[in-house]
Amino acid sequence: MSDSTVQVDLTINAELVTDILCRFIHNEIHRAGFQRAVVGLSGGIDSSVVTFLAAKAFRPENVLGVTMPYKTSSEATRRDAQQVIDRLGVPTVDVPITKQIDAYFKQFPDASQMRLANKCARERMTVLYDQSAAFEALVAGTSNKSERLLGYGTQDGDMASAVNPIGDLYKTQLYQLAGYLGVPEQIREKTPSGDLWVGQTDEGELGFTYAEVDRLLVLMVDRRWRRAELIGGGFDAQFVDRVAALVRRNHYKRRMPVIAKLSHRTVDRDFRYARDWGT
Amino acid sequence: MDPTTQTRDWGECHGERRVALVQISPVLGDPARNLALHLDRIEAARQQNADLIVFPELSLSGYFVRDMVPDIALDPAGPEVAELIQAAGPAALVAGLVEESPRHRFYNAAFYAEGGRVVHVHRKVYLPTYGLFDESRYFAAGERIEAFDTARFGRVGILICEDFWHLSAAAIMQAEEVDLLMCGANSPARGVDGPKIQTAETYERLSRAFAQLLGAMVVLVNRVGFEDGLCFWGGSLVVGPDGRLCAHAAMFDEAITIAAFDPAELRRQRLVAPLARDEQLLLTIEELNRIKRQLYE
Repeated sequence: MSDSTVQVDLTINAELVTDILCRFIHNEIHRAGFQRAVVGLSGGIDSSVVTFLAAKAFRPENVLGVTMPYKTSSEATRRDAQQVIDRLGVPTVDVPITKQIDAYFKQFPDASQMRLANKCARERMTVLYDQSAAFEALVAGTSNKSERLLGYGTQDGDMASAVNPIGDLYKTQLYQLAGYLGVPEQIREKTPSGDLWVGQTDEGELGFTYAEVDRLLVLMVDRRWRRAELIGGGFDAQFVDRVAALVRRNHYKRRMPVIAKLSHRTVDRDFRYARDWGT
Repeated sequence: MDPTTQTRDWGECHGERRVALVQISPVLGDPARNLALHLDRIEAARQQNADLIVFPELSLSGYFVRDMVPDIALDPAGPEVAELIQAAGPAALVAGLVEESPRHRFYNAAFYAEGGRVVHVHRKVYLPTYGLFDESRYFAAGERIEAFDTARFGRVGILICEDFWHLSAAAIMQAEEVDLLMCGANSPARGVDGPKIQTAETYERLSRAFAQLLGAMVVLVNRVGFEDGLCFWGGSLVVGPDGRLCAHAAMFDEAITIAAFDPAELRRQRLVAPLARDEQLLLTIEELNRIKRQLYE
């Protein structure tokens, strides 16, 4: 797919990033009036990193790891999530979502795999928000920069959270951070998968690897390389165009709903306040 | 120069000066709570015998003030600032605020007070409006970059954050022959691939370069804490006229860092490298006028 010749270094200072992110989690949750975090644990690299960071920021007893398996969820998913729980000693609650999902789709038996995947993601979101109320905590998000840019996630599902410490880190960088934090090797070395259906992998579905697309995204988004420059750097034109289209087409997922403007001050357009207003 | 001011050349004042760099995390858009925070830190700095207490940019308001601006503006001649000046006692004081002018323009400003009164107000000239910044939307740009004379710190210049990234601002301060150049900042962390945060590295590089080129002390005070995910990195510092770091506050944490320095260093360094003396000011003005003619006439 991509045989780019240009050198792209995505290396981060993991110690510095950990310091900033732990302070971020602590500060942004604390100023909202909470001292705890809830994380949906999938056994993947993203939620593992966030749980490790939150446990460092707040101590493990203040981080609730929630597992939410569906009937097709793999045994490996469950086992890897358990590894994080065991390693950190965080409290945990297991909330299977099979019953409610199946009850809903009984009415729509012909629903596509995509609808099922999105419904599961949104069901998990409502479970996390409810658990956060019970645990007196905020939901820590687990959606990374690669996914957010590509739109590879469910709006108001896995893309939803109260605070997201990893939303500005590419997947490639999360592997580096995971190594620094001591996330179990088994989790760091497995193929990324949303476990959306049996055998599903992110890279199989996307059609390229994170290693490839992250190198392209960092040049395209962060360093503002133009199309011709990217192609000149060795990236395949079709790959560049496809990724650019994904970024553009999925931008709606990263924004609040569009509001019809009528008055002189419309929320989020010319009624502009920081979220941390007054704190 | 105001003839009633007891201005002395700093080089003739013997004895060390103690500067307190006050890294705080202000409450966003709450001047009353920030006033209390300032009073607390002023008291702490005074207990450490500070002669000059320096707060960062917009220390009385927080940074991402946006539409809060008209609701949180203060008057440098008003009661809040007066309370701070009184609390500082014999120490000189620098703090940042949103200033509303009599014509209802709003400025990102910093004041310098000593001897019970405000001596100088600097209004930020360079309002960053790119990337994550949108200051021009809310603030009017300051129209002057000028130094002022003080009782105990010689000739002093104040810049605010982005001002410090403009070579012309530093050049004007060199022409003003400042002894002490202060910069209050609200610098968010960006660039985490190296041993230090990239923005912190740049600030340190600029501070050291300007100190050496101006033959002046440079004091940089940057805030800490978060606003909407932005991490303000602190790391306030003092650089001597030889470009060497005299003090460096902690990264990320609230702190009061005391830097003691000897004004005699200014004299020594200006003997080693009289760069400001050798500046061809008239030549510079002439060349700038030539460029002005080419561009605008």
